[in-house]
Amino acid sequence: MFNLDAGVGETPMTKRLVPLLWLVPLAFLGVFYFYPLGTIFQVSFSRAEGSLWQTVLEMLQAPSVRRVVGFTYYQAGLSTLLTLLVGLPGAYLFARYTFRGKNLLRALTGVPFVMPTLVVAAAFDALLGSRGWLNLGLMQLFDLAEPPFQFSNTLTAILLAHVFYNTTIVMRLVGDFWANLDPRLSQAARMLGANRWQTWRKVTLPLLAPAILAAALLVFIFDFTSFGVILILGGPQFSTIEVEIYYQAISLFNLPLAAVLAIIQLLTTLGLTVIYTRLMARLSRPLSLRPKSLTQQRLSTWRQRLAAGLLVAFLLGLFITPLVSLGVRSFVQLEPDRGQRTFEGPHVTLAFYRALWQNSNQSMFFASPAEALATSMGYAGGTVALSLLLGLPAAWMLANRQQDLVSRILDPLLMLPLGTSAVTLGLGFIVTLNRPPLDLRTSPLLIPLAHTLVAFPFVVRSLTPALRSIQPRLRQAAAVLGARPWDVFRSVDLPLVARALLVSAVFAFTISLGEFGATALVGRPDLPTVPVMIYRYLSQPGALNYGQAIALSTILMVATTVGMLLIERARVGEGAEF
Amino acid sequence: MSGLSIAGIHKTFGGKPVLAGVSFDQAPGEVLAVLGPSGCGKSTLLSIIAGLVLPEQGKVIWDGQDFSGIPPHKRNFGLMFQDYALFPHMNVRANVAFGLRMHGLPKDVVEKTVAETLDLVGLPGFDSRDVHTLSGGEQQRVALARALAPQPNVLMLDEPLGSLDRALREQLLEDLREIIRQAQQTTLYVTHDQEEAYTLADRIVVMRAGKVVQIGTPQQIYQQPNSAFVARFVGLNNLLPGKARGSEVRTSLGVFPLASPAQGPVQVLLRPNAARFGDEHTDLTGEVTEVVFRGETCLVRISAGEEKHPLSFELPSNEAIPQAGDRVQFSIDAGPGLAWFTMEQDELD
Repeated sequence: MFNLDAGVGETPMTKRLVPLLWLVPLAFLGVFYFYPLGTIFQVSFSRAEGSLWQTVLEMLQAPSVRRVVGFTYYQAGLSTLLTLLVGLPGAYLFARYTFRGKNLLRALTGVPFVMPTLVVAAAFDALLGSRGWLNLGLMQLFDLAEPPFQFSNTLTAILLAHVFYNTTIVMRLVGDFWANLDPRLSQAARMLGANRWQTWRKVTLPLLAPAILAAALLVFIFDFTSFGVILILGGPQFSTIEVEIYYQAISLFNLPLAAVLAIIQLLTTLGLTVIYTRLMARLSRPLSLRPKSLTQQRLSTWRQRLAAGLLVAFLLGLFITPLVSLGVRSFVQLEPDRGQRTFEGPHVTLAFYRALWQNSNQSMFFASPAEALATSMGYAGGTVALSLLLGLPAAWMLANRQQDLVSRILDPLLMLPLGTSAVTLGLGFIVTLNRPPLDLRTSPLLIPLAHTLVAFPFVVRSLTPALRSIQPRLRQAAAVLGARPWDVFRSVDLPLVARALLVSAVFAFTISLGEFGATALVGRPDLPTVPVMIYRYLSQPGALNYGQAIALSTILMVATTVGMLLIERARVGEGAEF
Repeated sequence: MSGLSIAGIHKTFGGKPVLAGVSFDQAPGEVLAVLGPSGCGKSTLLSIIAGLVLPEQGKVIWDGQDFSGIPPHKRNFGLMFQDYALFPHMNVRANVAFGLRMHGLPKDVVEKTVAETLDLVGLPGFDSRDVHTLSGGEQQRVALARALAPQPNVLMLDEPLGSLDRALREQLLEDLREIIRQAQQTTLYVTHDQEEAYTLADRIVVMRAGKVVQIGTPQQIYQQPNSAFVARFVGLNNLLPGKARGSEVRTSLGVFPLASPAQGPVQVLLRPNAARFGDEHTDLTGEVTEVVFRGETCLVRISAGEEKHPLSFELPSNEAIPQAGDRVQFSIDAGPGLAWFTMEQDELD
């Protein structure tokens, strides 16, 4: 078939040069992803005694390893299912109805997603933990000595945190797709005698399948590689692969086992992504999508209003209560600190915030919130620059050279960093980037490089559909009017994806702002980021340290919320794939 | 009574009235066209009859039964959408079979009916084609087959030919007429195109701004439009302002007899064949501004009289046709008297 989609206005020479666009992102992935990862695997296995295969097989047969792997799949599957259950009604509401406050609600549901795991864990702890509002209230009310409600260290805590985190993925991915789905398809089914349930099962669900699948894949990968949530909320009896890698590598220095676990994680991600790509090709239909203005209506009957009201209340409860309780908790001292003799009872205070500025332990590695935030912002800025620089050419190639063999191979590979253990990668950085010519141990670039690996797949996922959605005719028109390929890109592609570009930039920024696993491993102790500082406070005992952790979490929460609101203002009409 | 009755339908969207008291009746087997400009509320009316949208007031009655509380899937009204809304995840057979399956018909009946209906719409053997491999005209036929297969009480078509090119439209219009007549299918056809309405409909309901302004056979609508709006809408654009005094009207082009007596300011309708060119017994002159060849006839536009009133007339193209720029003498044949409309109606435009 004659394909006019790509390569408008190309001369034979530019045609040969364009594939070189792959060079930059590939070189980056090669040096900062595959090389460290390969090296750490090699180092790990060289420590193993006996033949490699035998070692691996023995490890895989150990009941403890099986339990960890089994639990990781189990909790990820269950979390994904629950997330879909919560997210789909929300997606429907956002897709088909307009109502007051919708944009604000939309922005708010996006806030959890970019919250650092530590903050989320702290927020749930502040609400439901043994020192949380719920338990304190119950203890006060019934005069109990012990917190009656066990939340921390339960599977419920893990599942709830995962749902809290990832519901927005379902609501956005499925909701955006649903919003553009022609409502007349289900109307046609109704006219032909299908009731609501039949219409959903036979028409809406099959048409939504690609979007639901895409969302489920991402949610599963996030739940599968979850680290902070499990570490803090799950407690010692729950261990996922990622947490186990951390224990094995850092605490027990059992690198071979850590490597095997990291490979299991990688293979799962790769396998899922490949299955996903296959299924997408089978499930995707050429749809005539319709603008939202034609598919959305107001809530009109009282029954619709009631259902929408309940749903909104539920979503607000799920998304806002933990965050608000975190914010409130940071201003209230409920119990005396260690060694504090005179405690006048629970009171509102700025003590936690004030203490953040005091280096009370005379620590060498102390940083004030301003300093930590400045460090975080600096790293985040670097991450944005790097991930856009790398993501834009990759996305352009994926969008315009969809059928090329290279694109087809690289498409799933680009998702790999998302499913890679941050701990493993951090260790890889430590063993590979420590000698010339790549001696980056003390370089301020090291952290942005690590963060870019996480942000890069996001940037590619949100830019590719935007670039793909540009009508080829616009490029043809520009070319006919005399624009060279670069002019076409600059004058057509770039302005049309400006919004998607901004959205990816803010995503990269907030991802970097909240990243903890890799930062903790490879970051310089004298330049801690905000999450690292939060973790330091959390891991020290006492009410003051806990309060400081919560106060600093609140600062980070406000910073990320502002970022999310900026995204929300920028998004108009275009669907991002994440 | 049997058939479809629409009684006093009111609907507002965001405080704006879209339908303001629409009523009409349709006999079983009748083909009714709802004709009106875009935005007149005709598509909303279809959605209300289908049960997809609820009216604020008014009733939809089928065979004496009030359908107001009945959900769309229990009405058995067929609706063919503007750009078809074919299910993209099903092939042709599954699309056409959908309604039959939803009605719980046994498998062999479904298969037989699908085959018969595809034959009827001229697509035999298309069963296992994917819908996105079909051309626009083929998709339209599949959509028609899908709507017809469950033998709906009323078949409703919402501008079904809107997105097709002219040659295909004419072909499909003929086929559609044939199919509907053959099946004696009660049909409600929504369109903004008078030609489509003339071709298909037994009667036409003309709508304007959420109201029914005239109901009649195609001939009645064209010969006796009841307002300047309907006249303009069916292509009768020669409206001349004047002052009526009993059975006569005084205009800038002279005094003419009226079809019925009137008083005060009116506008009168000059039919496109009312001009006699080259009549030397008249002092009525005009300048030809444009001549458009239309096949059998030519459209001659002139600016007539001292007020340069724009008029257009049709002349058989085998006669002598004036050229653009010519000054021509002509007379007006008022026949048994000119149709007139009050000015108020026109000022609503």
